[in-house]
Amino acid sequence: MRRGAVTLAVLLPMLVFIYLPVVTLVLFSLHDGRVPLPPFKGPTLEWYGKILANPRITVATLNSIMVAGVSAAISVGLAMLAGWGLARHRVPGRGLIEALILMPLTVSYLVVGLGLLVATGGLVPKSLALVIVGHVVLNLPLAFAILYVQFDTAQARLEMAARDLGASERQVFWRVTVPSLRVALIAAFALCFTFSWDEFIVAFLLSGFDPTLPVVIWSLLRTGLDPQTNAAGTLVFLVSVVAALMVEAFLLKRRKDGPVL
Amino acid sequence: MARSSDLSIIAVTKVFGATRAVDDLSLEVPANTYVVLLGASGSGKTTLLSMLGGFTAPTSGQLLLDGRDITLMPPAMRPTATVFQDYALFPHMTVAGNVGFGLSVRGMPKADIAARVEAALDMVGLSGFGPRRITAASGGQRQRIALARALVTEPAMLLLDEPLGALDLNLRRAMQDELRGLQRREGRTFIHVTHDQEEAMAVADMIVIMNKGRIEDAGPPERIYAHPRTRYAATFMGESNILSATFGAGGAETALGVLPVQGKGGSAVVIRPENLRLKAADGTILLGDWTVTACVFQGAFARVAGQIGPVTLHLRCAPRDAPSPGQTCPLYLGPGGVTGLAD
Repeated sequence: MRRGAVTLAVLLPMLVFIYLPVVTLVLFSLHDGRVPLPPFKGPTLEWYGKILANPRITVATLNSIMVAGVSAAISVGLAMLAGWGLARHRVPGRGLIEALILMPLTVSYLVVGLGLLVATGGLVPKSLALVIVGHVVLNLPLAFAILYVQFDTAQARLEMAARDLGASERQVFWRVTVPSLRVALIAAFALCFTFSWDEFIVAFLLSGFDPTLPVVIWSLLRTGLDPQTNAAGTLVFLVSVVAALMVEAFLLKRRKDGPVL
Repeated sequence: MARSSDLSIIAVTKVFGATRAVDDLSLEVPANTYVVLLGASGSGKTTLLSMLGGFTAPTSGQLLLDGRDITLMPPAMRPTATVFQDYALFPHMTVAGNVGFGLSVRGMPKADIAARVEAALDMVGLSGFGPRRITAASGGQRQRIALARALVTEPAMLLLDEPLGALDLNLRRAMQDELRGLQRREGRTFIHVTHDQEEAMAVADMIVIMNKGRIEDAGPPERIYAHPRTRYAATFMGESNILSATFGAGGAETALGVLPVQGKGGSAVVIRPENLRLKAADGTILLGDWTVTACVFQGAFARVAGQIGPVTLHLRCAPRDAPSPGQTCPLYLGPGGVTGLAD
């Protein structure tokens, strides 16, 4: 009993600390008043109607979805090839290559964004394509870290078995390697998607006249607090939660299925 | 039937760094033979199997299947199929998907595949299991699925890497009988790697005992057990009493006197525990007075250890005949019970 009470005394403030801002954000997106400050009045869906009617926000949302989808797909595809290449072939300097691929995890987003801005030096105009490049730089190491550990000896034996049964290298890759890693591939994609979806710094520095959703929310904030920003923020949050739940569901399903042979 | 092929392993060597995993090994395997490669871990048996499957290239030497050189042929082209130790079943496919994989990658029409898959599943006693998920199959079922998946491709040679290692004892004994029966019915050469000597004796036409990358002894189980060629083979297969000996015209001269001996020898002879007797009979030879030091009840038999002077001898007898520790009794040697061992 006493241990339970102590646990609660520690846990409760911690949960409040973590979730209060999120709860406030979501709650005041339903606020019936011009300024999202207590006391709470409402609820109303007026602000959601407003942002859905606001072309700046809807276009930015589509931009964000496109950037997140494309950059996640590129990150996962490259990470898959890198992992497969490094794990299944004799590569000179493998340790160094692994380190180089994982390194961007430790580099700040600001440095990556500034670096790309300077490196493209006005030769390449700021655009969503440049944001995608930036997000691939940020997410490739993450996808690689998730996928690389999947290429273990049991996985290698699956490929051996496929070859033994007469499969060509192409058939081995597409019919055994890729589908047997589908859980990790989906998890990596969903994580990369969420990271790109709410990434601000790189998008702000590189997106130019086609802003993504976080950049538009930031510009809304400059004109003062407005429940519209709460509603937009809530949408961003919901998409992230759905993606995170997807990862969770897939990883959980895998655990229930027992170890992959 | 031309289902099976003669295998020739000619002076095959595999070197990993400083170790010779397989060392100048030669062996002839006639078609339709159940071969067991038996050895401790590190004996080179798995490396040899891997070279037969095409997963490891020999450093030197040649592998011929019906006279055709397959030494460097990739696994996909090779008329062999492997049952892996962990089965390596594809977790993302159904049972039928797994079994039909080898036919599907060869471009066989779907309807033909379905028929062949069902026949293969029927052969291993899993008729109707096709639509099930692999993850729902038990250990024994996975074993059978892996067998069906390999056999459906009609390999000239089936390679089995410790195929029963993951099964519990009862299931393992049952699967041994099934493997043996399957090999008989299918008429293909099976090459089976194990470190379990009882398993080897239960299934093999030919046992190949390997040690340090070389063959210690190869032949039918009965011969290998009764008359092992080397000291290593004698100790690896079953229990044994090994005595130092010098070989002369009258037989083997040992600490127990001159004994009649079968086969040529180097410096030792082996006497199997069941060839020692507590009672005199036709053809037995009195070895001397034996003082019992230990007796272990093993169910159907008892293992008794005792000494004649400085020589320790182990004996196997019916539990009710077993003497107690401390007792002294005469010990006899059964006829043909001594085999000379090469060094």
